[in-house]
Amino acid sequence: MVPITPYHYLVLSAALFTIGVLGVMLRRNVIIIFMSIELMLNAVNINLAAFSQQWQNAIGQVFAIFVIAVAAAEAAVGLGIILAFFRNKDTLNVDEMNTLRW
Amino acid sequence: MLEAIVFYTLAVFTLGFGVLVITARNTVHSVLFLVANFLCVAVLYVALAAEFLAVIQVLVYAGGIVVLYLFVVMLVNLKAIPEARVDPRRRSRLGFVLAAALLAEVSAILVYAGSRSPMAPAPGAPATPAPGNTETVGWLLYTDYLVPFEVASVLLLVAMIGAILLARKQEA
Repeated sequence: MVPITPYHYLVLSAALFTIGVLGVMLRRNVIIIFMSIELMLNAVNINLAAFSQQWQNAIGQVFAIFVIAVAAAEAAVGLGIILAFFRNKDTLNVDEMNTLRW
Repeated sequence: MLEAIVFYTLAVFTLGFGVLVITARNTVHSVLFLVANFLCVAVLYVALAAEFLAVIQVLVYAGGIVVLYLFVVMLVNLKAIPEARVDPRRRSRLGFVLAAALLAEVSAILVYAGSRSPMAPAPGAPATPAPGNTETVGWLLYTDYLVPFEVASVLLLVAMIGAILLARKQEA
């Protein structure tokens, strides 16, 4: 059995990222789309941690922590927008969020 | 050997929960699968010797962000919404094709990079035993990355104020 290299983690991360992209593309519930974005951010963090281990350098982990902080900010603001939108339109369907669409 | 077993088990669980997140019909189930996914990723961080990151993952993601999601899912009463109408202009098959193209592209990059330079574990491994992971990360955060760290705290403050303003009931 081959030893586990950072390469394995990169493949896993690519697959997880694609699952997130599929969620964004296929679902219409805006909360599910937000969760798919969190999945993609997690995939990126796995990449950062894998490279951090490969180079024996903790900077990758520091960047992953920044990514987590930005994800927390994004989730707070995004969910606030979702609440405000739901209050006005009574829907969570992204196909009906077309007020700004030409 | 043990490492391989742990990795493959965790990989299967991570991807499986990820698929369940985007396929679950009930949004609450989706959020709970997301928690399981985050916990699996946290164990992956431990396997990658990033213990501090694993703790942060559990605290911030599984503890904080997911609770926020659950609050919003409970606040918006999804049962009251009639079956979502489908935009006729929406093309789901195109989404599949685009995601498959992305996967093919990333796989091609991985195969290409793997064939050119097989990843040697730790080329610049230090001879001396490294200090604890938390100590290293904390040292970096408070020396080299002090300014980004402070900017991140300001960003979180702004996000907090923005979320309160956005979600507040309008009295006008």
